[in-house]
Amino acid sequence: MIDARPHVLHDHYDVVVAGGGPAGLGAALAAREAGAERVLVVDRETEAGGILLQCIHAGFGLHHFGEELTGPEYAQRVLEAALDGGVDVLTDAYLLDVGADRAVKLLSGEHGVATLDTRAAVLAMGARERTRSAIRIPGERPAGVFTAGLAQRLVNLHGVLPGRRVAILGSGDIGLIMARRLTLEGVEVAGVFELLPHANGLTRNVVQCLHDFDIPLHLSTTVIGIDGRDRVERVTVAPVDDHRRPLPDRAWDVACDTLLVSVGLIPENELSRQLRLRLDPVTQGPVVTSAMETSRDGVFACGNVVHIHDLVDFVSAEATLAGHHAGLFAAGRHPRADNVRLQPATNVAYCVPHTISTEREHTVYLRVRNPLERCVLRLSTPDGVVVHERKLRYVVPPEMVNLRLRPAVLADFHGDALQVEVLAR
Amino acid sequence: MSDTETFSYLCIGCPLGCRLEVDADPAGDVVEVRGFSCRKGKTYAVQEHTDPRRLVTTTVAIDGARWPRLPVRTTGEVPKALVTEVCRALRGVRVSAPVRLGQVIVADVLGTGRDVIATCDAPAAART
Ligand SMILES: Cc1cc2nc3c(=O)[nH]c(=O)nc-3n(C[C@H](O)[C@H](O)[C@H](O)COP(=O)(O)OP(=O)(O)OC[C@H]3O[C@@H](n4cnc5c(N)ncnc54)[C@H](O)[C@@H]3O)c2cc1C
Repeated sequence: MIDARPHVLHDHYDVVVAGGGPAGLGAALAAREAGAERVLVVDRETEAGGILLQCIHAGFGLHHFGEELTGPEYAQRVLEAALDGGVDVLTDAYLLDVGADRAVKLLSGEHGVATLDTRAAVLAMGARERTRSAIRIPGERPAGVFTAGLAQRLVNLHGVLPGRRVAILGSGDIGLIMARRLTLEGVEVAGVFELLPHANGLTRNVVQCLHDFDIPLHLSTTVIGIDGRDRVERVTVAPVDDHRRPLPDRAWDVACDTLLVSVGLIPENELSRQLRLRLDPVTQGPVVTSAMETSRDGVFACGNVVHIHDLVDFVSAEATLAGHHAGLFAAGRHPRADNVRLQPATNVAYCVPHTISTEREHTVYLRVRNPLERCVLRLSTPDGVVVHERKLRYVVPPEMVNLRLRPAVLADFHGDALQVEVLAR
Repeated sequence: MSDTETFSYLCIGCPLGCRLEVDADPAGDVVEVRGFSCRKGKTYAVQEHTDPRRLVTTTVAIDGARWPRLPVRTTGEVPKALVTEVCRALRGVRVSAPVRLGQVIVADVLGTGRDVIATCDAPAAART
């Protein structure tokens, strides 16, 4: 990738962005376009681009660029656009804190500990992988247990294979993508084991990553034991009952030297907690307004740090919004207040943003809890008066639903809270 | 109709994931498609049955760059049966930095008419 290190670090910026993935780079460019003069992106890695750099497969950019790109291609496009737009990118630097007075503290390989002033900040730290369920698996703690994302990094950037025969726990997209990737590298994939009765990744990935290579997918099955002295030698797997409790009588052993755990991502919210931002207990990311502003004035957020996205295209859309408002904020133009709270109800796990305005147009992102066919997305008042409905052919938890809301739709609504539900028709 | 054989496919067009069935005669020609709920599904079933294709994404070895691997892809889809072979053929390939995004790494890989190209820039890394 392009080296983008600025020669000087200024002590004052209009907008400082934490994280140089597609969210951070997109927000930085939008801030410049909204008039911010000095915009700095800080990333702890040696190069900007975020998780996309290790996602060498295709499937990015159909919405945003109108063509299907691989992760690295998408990353390079957004990085080049940001640099061309006059954004400063500082890599090898960790953003430590954003003070109440918006004094930003960072630790840089090149500049040591530095404190900068900024008028606005954007949080775009992305996500980290869940590991909890792996820690809970009883048995020894031998070498050979990896998160799927770490394995992806090892294989795709470092050219190191995690093992010779691999079992995968969890059928999220990262697990599926890694099943194919490892197979193509000559590693044997013994199977993918999924606790839920349905695959957790896109159908396309089930077909092209598993079926194409005859890799078995065991649904309603989980890993109940890890065995091996220094290195994993086998894992014990068992079907689960309707309450997701394993049935040990029906367990069997799978010989393997590696277990990959792919059980989902959660927002990298260490900094958000430290800043004492209001967090959504479901997304585990900050609560945001329709301008992507967090509970702290002048601190905006976008991308996987807010909620986990399955499509980077929507990350870019959210980033443009957050960066635009951060840029305006830096010039003293604060976002206009929202007047309606969104309340997730039946079959809706969460909605982002958390508040909207009846005066402006919005895109609301939401995730359902259970798959449904022939359903309806309904907005209603807390006492049940239907305000707006949209028919949907299907919804599944791995695919985010987005709802474009125009002011006209809410013209007759005068309350301050709307329930969001997805129901069978 | 006794000599037709039925093949099943899972549609990838959308999350409905329709279970598609293709009846083919002994010559391999499609006689009937069932189970689709849109035109895309029907087209996909025929394509998957008669000539399945995939884009190939993998990495090749690179010297003198930040990372020892360079991500690459084919410029278009290749027959599905050749995916593994394309990857095997690329295992012996080694390039040197700098490499530019889009640079051809292997032309017309395995006679498919598709090139293998780099999917990112890999500038020469500063020596430390
Ligand atoms: C394995 C995998 C496969 C995917 N497949 C697809 C796909 O096929 N199609 C698609 O559209 N999307 C896909 N996605 C989703 C998409 O890639 C992500 O939604 C998107 O990259 C998230 O962007 P982001 O900028 O929010 O986070 P990231 O890309 O994670 O970037 C966050 C950056 O912040 C940095 N950072 C974190 N904390 C700090 C700090 N304190 N200081 C400085 N820097 C910090 C990190 O180093 C990182 O570079 C996939 C994701 C994964 C993980």
